[in-house]
This record gives sequence, structure tokens and C-alpha cells, in this order.
Amino acid sequence: MNLNLTIIGQSITFIVFVLICMKYVWPHITAAMTERQKKIADGLAAADRASKDLELAQEKAKHELRDAKTEAASILESANKRATQIVEEAKEQAREEGDRIIAAAQAEVEQEVNRAKEQLRSQVATLAFAGAEQVLESSVDQSAHQNMIDKLAASL
Amino acid sequence: MAADGNAPTTTEYIQHHLTNWTYGKLPAGTYCDGKSVQETTGWTVAHCPEEMSAMGFNAIHLDSMLWSITLGAIFLILFRWGASKAHAGVPTGTLNFVEAIIEFIDKTVKDAFQYRSRFVAPLALTIFVWVFLMNLMDLVPVDWIPQLAAIIAGDSHFYFKAVPTTDPNITLGMGFTVFFLMIAFSIREKGLIGFIKELTFHPFHPPTKGAGIILAPVVIVINFALESVTLLARPISLGLRLFGNLYAGEMIFILIATMFGAGLILGLFAGVLQLGWALFHIIVITLQAFVFMVLTIVYMAMAFHNDDEDQFTH
Repeated sequence: MNLNLTIIGQSITFIVFVLICMKYVWPHITAAMTERQKKIADGLAAADRASKDLELAQEKAKHELRDAKTEAASILESANKRATQIVEEAKEQAREEGDRIIAAAQAEVEQEVNRAKEQLRSQVATLAFAGAEQVLESSVDQSAHQNMIDKLAASL
Repeated sequence: MAADGNAPTTTEYIQHHLTNWTYGKLPAGTYCDGKSVQETTGWTVAHCPEEMSAMGFNAIHLDSMLWSITLGAIFLILFRWGASKAHAGVPTGTLNFVEAIIEFIDKTVKDAFQYRSRFVAPLALTIFVWVFLMNLMDLVPVDWIPQLAAIIAGDSHFYFKAVPTTDPNITLGMGFTVFFLMIAFSIREKGLIGFIKELTFHPFHPPTKGAGIILAPVVIVINFALESVTLLARPISLGLRLFGNLYAGEMIFILIATMFGAGLILGLFAGVLQLGWALFHIIVITLQAFVFMVLTIVYMAMAFHNDDEDQFTH
């Protein structure tokens, strides 16, 4: 074992290398690693937050959906009610209209009947005379029986 | 060294592999069985172990320094590249690799070192990766790099050791650097008085009142002796542990390599051994790098730890 100046040379080299490492290597790499660690931690936190947000959003969507369904049901119900009402109203109107038409028709019919009666009444004497003339031929005194026929016509 | 013209004997082969490329101040004289003559004292590359021992402390292992600096530079370039590319987005490829290592080091440091320091984590990172890379050189077949170096140098006796951590200078150099850092941080955190107190008032609490106060200096001296040994043992054990493990590993690789020249069957057997030992050695080199790093962190934590209060409040 011959100890010599190498021991001093190595010591100097050692110190120089350690100083270079301390100044130019270690801080840069550890700083980058710490930064990355922070970034990853932030990323994970953000992901956590996002999944929580998603959960909330899903919850909210479910709520909205339920509300919408309820609303739709209520709208449907009221629409049905309204439709029934309208149908009811229409039925009522139709019935009234029908009644009115029937009444008018009856009035007209009555009028027609009256008119026909009137006509008949005015012609009955002539008809009767014609009939009687046919039956009796000239046995009938027209002027004597005129009053009697008129009385009959009036009783019709 | 090999005798000229002849293949080296096994002993020479092993010795050659364990000798560093040394550059040092050689006193004037004749060396290497008269083959090398130094006319005046001066700086030169050693030609044989005899010259190396003559150089003494005034020498430097060029191969160890070359590989240590090259591997350290590879480490820094790789991680500097990672640092320049580092961003907070999705990491890919090499950046992932760099970040995985950084994260591993960061976790280890945070487990063992609870104080605030910008220095300790980069220190741990440098030690771990650098020592690992230096140890990794052990897995390169023992002859490749020295042979390549010999071809480049044009000298078949060229000494070249490729594994810096099998050089005690390298490991002890790092060990003692850690030691001085320990002392420096200790003094910075506790003050000079606090540091001296730590060395002299532990592990035995000196008596402060009554007749026993006469014994206080004795207790302090005993404490100081014990604590100094503890303190000094740290860098030495740190350096020698790494050196010992890697030197032994390298030695076994060299011994296996000597079998390659001894016939087909022995050569095949050596190949199997080499593979087995290399696989096992992967664990050793990683573990040694890790142990060096963890112990450094622990020593740093001790330097930052101030137990003045809990020592005097009860």
C-alpha cells in the first residue's frame, strides 16, 4: 500500500464533483420532481372534484327529469279535463241546437197543417158539392143546401 | 515485470496487474536491476515497483486519477443532462433513470438524516453513483483495459490499473474527505467549543462538584482518547472497507484470468468461474457503493446532531 499524492488528488476531485453536483444537478432535478408531484396531486384533486361534480350533475338531472315528468303529467291531466269540458259543452250546444231545430220544424209543420186545413176548408164546399152533385145528380137544390154545407165546412 | 522476450510468470502477471501507472519525483540513482538510471532527481513515470517505493509520497497514480475523473465526469454529464431536461411533465427514458436514482438517494438521505442541508443529498448522490461506476470497472475483463493501454503506449510492460477503487489512495482520499466534512460541519453546527466538548465529555460524564472534581481531567483525557479513536476509525474503515472488498474481488478475477492460459479444460472452467464471480460481484459493487453512501450520511447526521442539551439537563 503506497499512499501518495493520489489521495490528495482524489480528495480535490471528490469535493469538486460534489460541489458541481450540488450546484448544477441536484436542485434542478429535485425541483422538477417536486413540481411534478404537485402537478399530479393537483390533477388528482381536480379529478376528484370533477367526479363529485358529475355526481351532483347527475343528481340534478334526475331531479329535473322527475319535475318534468310531474309537470307533464299535470299538463296532460288538465288538458284531458279541458277536453272533456269542451266535449261536454259541445254536447250541450248540440242538444240545444237540436231542440231548437225540432221546435222550429214542429212550428213549421203546424203552420203547414194549418195552411193545408185552410186550403182544404176553402175547397171542401166545392168538393162536397161536386161529390153530392155526382151522387144526387140534380136532386139537390144548390141554394137551399148551401147553408147546410157551409155549416159542415165550418165545423171541420 | 516480465523478463524480456519471455512470457510473464504467474507471479509477475499478478504483480503487473496490481501495479499502478505512477508518475512521481524520483531521486537520482539506479533502479530496476540497473535497467533504469535516473541521473538527476526529477519527475518521471515509474518503470518498476522499486522506483515507485523510491518516489514515496511524491507520486500520483495517473491511471487511478484518469479513471476516477473520467467516471466522475460521466456521472456528472449524465445527471447534468438529466437536470437540463428535467421538467414537470411526463418523464421518459434516461430522465426516468436519473430520477429513479435521485429519488432512491433522496429517500435514503431523508431516512437517516433529519437536518436541513443542501449539501448532504448531493454528496450522497455523488458518492453512490461515482463509487458504483468506479467499482463497475471491476467487471471489465482484467486484461482488456491494461492491454489496450499497453498497445496505445507502445510498451508491453506498461502499468495500468483500470479499477480506481482497488487503489487505497482513492478510497482513503474519499474517506478522509468525508472525515474533514464531518469535522467542518460539526464545528459549524456546534461551534468549536461544542465540538471539543463532544470529544472530551463523552462517553463518561466528568464529575463537576465535590471531591471527585479532581478526577475530572483524568476522565477528560480518557474520553478524548476514546473519542479520537472512534472519530479516526470512521474515515479509515470507510476507505479500507471499500478498498478491501474491491481489491479482493479484483484479485480473484486476476487469479481466474491466470487459468485461461492453462489448457482448454481449465480455460473453460475459468470461464465459468469468471462468470459466476462477476455475477456475484455485481451485488458486491452495488452494496459497497451503497454502504459507503449510507455511512457517509450517518456520519453527517452525527456531525449535525447536537446532544449538548440532553447531556446536561438530567
